[in-house]
Amino acid sequence: MMSADSLRGTSELLSGWGNYPRELCRTRSIESWQDAENAVQSSNTTNVIPRGLGRSYGDSTLTQDGVVLRMGHLNRFLAFDPESGVLECEAGVSFAEIIETFLPQGWFLPTTPGTKFVTLGGAIAADVHGKNHHVDGSFGNFVNRLTLLLADGAIIDCTRDNDPDLFWATVGGMGLTGVILSAQIQLSRVETAYCDVTYRRTRNLESTLEMFTATHQSYRYSVSWIDCLAKGASLGRGVVMLGNDASAADLPRKLAAAPLKLPRRRAKTIPFDFPSFALNPWSIKAFNTLYYAKNRDRREFVDFNSFFYPLDGINHWNRIYGQRGFVQYQALFPTETAHVGLHQLLERIAKSRQASFLAVIKGSGPATQGMLSYLFPGITLALDFPNRGKATRDLFEQLDEIVLEHSGRLYLAKDALTSADTFARMYPRLSEFQRVKERVDPNNRFVSSQARRLGIVTGLELNQSEAVGNSISAGAH
Amino acid sequence: MSSTSIEAPAASTGNAVSVQATTDRVSSGWVLILGATSGIARALAHRLSQDGHSLILAGRNQEELTRLASDLRLRHNVNAEVAEFSALDYASHPEFFENCIRQTSGRLKGVLLCYGDMLPQAATEKSFDDARRVIDVNFTSAVSILSQAATYLEERKSGFIGVISSVAGDRGRQSNYTYGAAKAGLTAFTQGLRNRLYKSGVHVLTIKPGFVATRMTAGLLNTKSPLVASPEKVANDIVRAIKRRRTVLYTPWFWRPIMALICSIPESIFRKMKL
Repeated sequence: MMSADSLRGTSELLSGWGNYPRELCRTRSIESWQDAENAVQSSNTTNVIPRGLGRSYGDSTLTQDGVVLRMGHLNRFLAFDPESGVLECEAGVSFAEIIETFLPQGWFLPTTPGTKFVTLGGAIAADVHGKNHHVDGSFGNFVNRLTLLLADGAIIDCTRDNDPDLFWATVGGMGLTGVILSAQIQLSRVETAYCDVTYRRTRNLESTLEMFTATHQSYRYSVSWIDCLAKGASLGRGVVMLGNDASAADLPRKLAAAPLKLPRRRAKTIPFDFPSFALNPWSIKAFNTLYYAKNRDRREFVDFNSFFYPLDGINHWNRIYGQRGFVQYQALFPTETAHVGLHQLLERIAKSRQASFLAVIKGSGPATQGMLSYLFPGITLALDFPNRGKATRDLFEQLDEIVLEHSGRLYLAKDALTSADTFARMYPRLSEFQRVKERVDPNNRFVSSQARRLGIVTGLELNQSEAVGNSISAGAH
Repeated sequence: MSSTSIEAPAASTGNAVSVQATTDRVSSGWVLILGATSGIARALAHRLSQDGHSLILAGRNQEELTRLASDLRLRHNVNAEVAEFSALDYASHPEFFENCIRQTSGRLKGVLLCYGDMLPQAATEKSFDDARRVIDVNFTSAVSILSQAATYLEERKSGFIGVISSVAGDRGRQSNYTYGAAKAGLTAFTQGLRNRLYKSGVHVLTIKPGFVATRMTAGLLNTKSPLVASPEKVANDIVRAIKRRRTVLYTPWFWRPIMALICSIPESIFRKMKL
């Protein structure tokens, strides 16, 4: 009964989770499949890009002369088979909603990033990974089928069998092949909402990496926080967290009464952007030293929220980086070069004294077949840098060189600064992706600011990409 | 669409689960939502499901309604059925309503009218067809379907009718008076209905939302403004008002004094204002 004229969009100053870059974008809320069809077909816009909960860090879900499709209200569960754990739902469903509905029935996500406030569509588009990557691979492995709205308005079912090229261009394809309307995924069986977690402190990078190698077989989950300010003999020291799903029989009596129930926790909120002096080398040094000292070797049962989503307990934690936002650097080194590459990278970072306390490394396993998917076997490192404009960009250029030199790559969901040239050298299957893009979206209906910057989408008018380049170098408003 | 192929078996498993669970909740009864794909209606459907109500979701777009019904079943473990309803096809209303009664085995407890149509005022000034459409969807069709509901509930001597009217019906303003006139008619109609059904114990709630961030208002409203409410907030208010048997609900509440103020302006001054 709605009026037909819902073509208008509103304009908003949008950014990813890093709050950098910020761009004035037209947005449109998608609440039905018809809305999505109308938006993609609308003649008033040159291009569109879908956006879920905006948890990618950079400019993956921004577009300046087009329309950002807000998919969060397209969030219905469509079908679930309680025998097999196969779930079909719309792309805007969040991982938080999946957990809320299906964990009490003994089902959990097959793999999950460090926040549950991502949508299913976003998780597929970024082919996200979690602490179990070395065992289970990334999220694309658990997607059976995609329902895609293509640029020509067709709605198709896409599987790894009926159109493998389109399927693996869409998994990890950052929304550039079409709008994911719904997907069918495989959930994983759990007996409890807890992990049995062992904490081990390591003295330096060598012992951190050795710990990963030594434990990969025996633990489904592993990740390590590292102290990125530590130098010299302590470079790369950290706290390794190793976990397995706790079985009901393992749980202490107190928890065993309701093994699938997550303990209630009160979320804290960062109410406003912190001033820029709040994070400085001294405050970070103090935090890191304390955190390292506090985390003695131990073993305990940790609920899923605390284990998988520690930062979700603090709403708007990105505000600690203040108005100018932050940029995350996440790099992957292949197994052969990981040691040397990480060593160089960490030395460079420690010297810069720019990094923040949120630094994490993890061992990765076999790649999915996603053409632009991030992980293959090796070690990945992620850390945050408060945005300091030119200083940050210069540092990132140097880091990019180290990564390239060791055949590594960056993660699209985190990237905000790298160049088209660097990107092309990191992703050898880019041309394969572009051939699929050319087939399903010859007129470049689906474009993001990131895709322009990185030259993933080609054949755009020059003035468009120039305009975007300018706004990025102008930095946060 | 082949993507719907797996819905049938999976949805029926969902049903099998829910039938058992909902038998304990019979007292909650069935609610019919007319225009169930609207933003407020969707929020209402979730809110009512949380209370264990079974739902009939009625509207034109069967595919959308089916997706909504699956979602309600899976999330809240309730019965949710879909029914085709076309507001402007008045002749179909009696049969539609009879089917609803049959579908609920006579346990239909409440009816919520949630649909509406807002065309730009200028369009309704230029085109009588547009003006008539606004009046027919918002008013005439409501008279038709609410009369069916009223007669049924009156005989059962219990139940409720909730009707989404609008603050726009409180006073005609140059920016929106065709829609406002239709909603004013709807408001008066529900007043009379409430009066008529009082003695039979059937409760009638007139709902007047202010600015709500939905698809109908997309692009017209700044969703960050404190004056704009979320559909969830409005749905919560509506369910509470039904439980407390309120008569006229302004949601959010501050629209009551705002509209009182607007209505208190003498016409001699009001005619010069730009509202």
